[in-house]
Amino acid sequence: MSDTTIAPKRPLRGLDWKMLGPLAALVLLLVIGAFLNDNFLSTANLLNILTRAAFIGIIAIGATFVISSGGIDLSVGSMAAFTAGMMIILMNWMLGMTDVIWLIVLAGIAAGALIGTSAGFINGLFITRGGIEAFIVTLGTMGIYRSLVTWLADGGTLSLDSDVRSLYRPVYYGDILGLPVPVILFALTALAGWVILNNTAFGRHVQSVGANEDVARYSAINTDRIKLYAYMIQGACVALATIVYVPRLGSASASTGVLWELEAIAAVIIGGTLLKGGYGRIGGTVAGALILTLIGNILNLTDLISNYLNGAVQGVIIIAAVFLQRGLSRKSS
Amino acid sequence: MKHFVSALALSAAMATGAAAEDVTIGVSIPAATHGWAGGLNWHAEEAAKRLEAAHEGLDIVINAAGSATEQANALEDMVAVQQIDALVILPFESDPLTDPVRQVAESGAFITVVDRGLADPSIQNIYVAGDNVGFGRSAGEYMVDRLGGSGNVVAMRGIPTVIDDQRMQGFEEAIEGSGIELMAAEHANWSRDDAFEVMQDYLTRFPEIDAVWAADDDMAQGALEAIREAGREDEMFLVGGGGAAAVIRGVADGSETIPATVLYPPSMIATAMDLTVARFMSNGPVEGTFNLASPLITSDNAEAFYYADSPY
Repeated sequence: MSDTTIAPKRPLRGLDWKMLGPLAALVLLLVIGAFLNDNFLSTANLLNILTRAAFIGIIAIGATFVISSGGIDLSVGSMAAFTAGMMIILMNWMLGMTDVIWLIVLAGIAAGALIGTSAGFINGLFITRGGIEAFIVTLGTMGIYRSLVTWLADGGTLSLDSDVRSLYRPVYYGDILGLPVPVILFALTALAGWVILNNTAFGRHVQSVGANEDVARYSAINTDRIKLYAYMIQGACVALATIVYVPRLGSASASTGVLWELEAIAAVIIGGTLLKGGYGRIGGTVAGALILTLIGNILNLTDLISNYLNGAVQGVIIIAAVFLQRGLSRKSS
Repeated sequence: MKHFVSALALSAAMATGAAAEDVTIGVSIPAATHGWAGGLNWHAEEAAKRLEAAHEGLDIVINAAGSATEQANALEDMVAVQQIDALVILPFESDPLTDPVRQVAESGAFITVVDRGLADPSIQNIYVAGDNVGFGRSAGEYMVDRLGGSGNVVAMRGIPTVIDDQRMQGFEEAIEGSGIELMAAEHANWSRDDAFEVMQDYLTRFPEIDAVWAADDDMAQGALEAIREAGREDEMFLVGGGGAAAVIRGVADGSETIPATVLYPPSMIATAMDLTVARFMSNGPVEGTFNLASPLITSDNAEAFYYADSPY
């Protein structure tokens, strides 16, 4: 992890507990998984985990920007469901207009990108120009998008036409050099996010706005614009995750993306980003998303724990991961 | 015809002692948060349109609630604002809604309970009961039959509730002593996405699976995707449940991967609404318990259960 070297407070020790905490939790889970099931470390299972983590992971990278800037976005799960629903409706509708399936798929992907980014823009606009708390704006849009997708689907499931789906399928199921496409997109998004957050003026501004908005404003930073961009990045990340999600099951319903917002926020916080803003860690977010996915995977692979307690196990591990990260960094400083 | 209907409505009004000639029926159901409930809402709307067109003076009010508390609030509104003459309710949960429904009954309304029974059955006039134990049993018996009494089976359960427990209980009873081994039963929460992931993990965990029981057709479809991706669709078959249009279509067309499902029709709400309207429009008695079976659907009978337009 190259970003461990830029830890601001403990350059001499060269150790960053904020990064090592989630990594330690990750390694611990891998060891537990390997003990519980022989197939856990098989390539197929590890690729399953990485692919699954891609949805929450990509969304969580966007959430790292929003949370670093001192904001929060509760609407991402509903936004993903609504975007997926609109993409499916558009692609099915276009099937009556043209026979060129690849054009339909491209149009669907373009529409997804546009809808997601616009949804993020709308959130950002109400938060900055409207001056309403991010929690309230995104709580509102969360309900709006969730209801819209339920309404569009008549309470049921929107299903993508099978011809379109067979061409679109490789976006989720395909692989390049043995790596599934969602994993590659996840890695590229993480890399881009890391570069933007740590190595650009914009990234530094995001974190200064989150640390202290007034100080940032006095330093001639256009804080509204920075925040607006952060929500648009979040929207674009939701769009990308949705574009990868749609070919997986070829359907969207009222239950699509439920609680994704909390998983994304949990991944970000487990990864060492501060919930109150001012400090973001893309590498940690990636580890956080992997930890959350691993917990589900390990619980499915074993009968040791009653099914009814799955949520409790997740809760314990989330708190433990954050404790490792915070508790250890406090002792070491 | 018009005279005939209004005469019936009048006699119905006299029978209930209500002053109004028109009949208002409140329908309270859970909101469309998953596929089956979506089908429930759709069938309720369809039945309301059909019944209102057929009976002059009949008004049907549908309310979809997101939780047991919301449903209790909706019942209060139905009595106070809409002044319903009859209530058709699919309770979110049995115990918490028993007293709210009792309040409605005390206002003089006729009560029809669907699917989940109340804690106190004396409140209801009509009970349209689904057979959740039978739901699991039909699937289990089919598997015993098809696997010839031995094999490795995994199950996929819904959201942890009484319904889910009863289905699981029926399934376990059916395969007990048959030589079929139930290797795992995780909760996939009646969700396609969750079922996809749970199935992927089953495939990792077990090198040999002969059959999958998914206690809902949405889950069966999610699981099927995971099996296809792993290229193991020749190894096992799935049995679903509920009666989703897409699955019934596949069963009717002779699908090898999902050769059977079990009927647990969301259209049971329409049955209950018909019976409730009949209480006001028919000259025959309609009180009592109506048990709906959970029959097995295979390629032999699937056509009869297929609704192309249903969202579920």
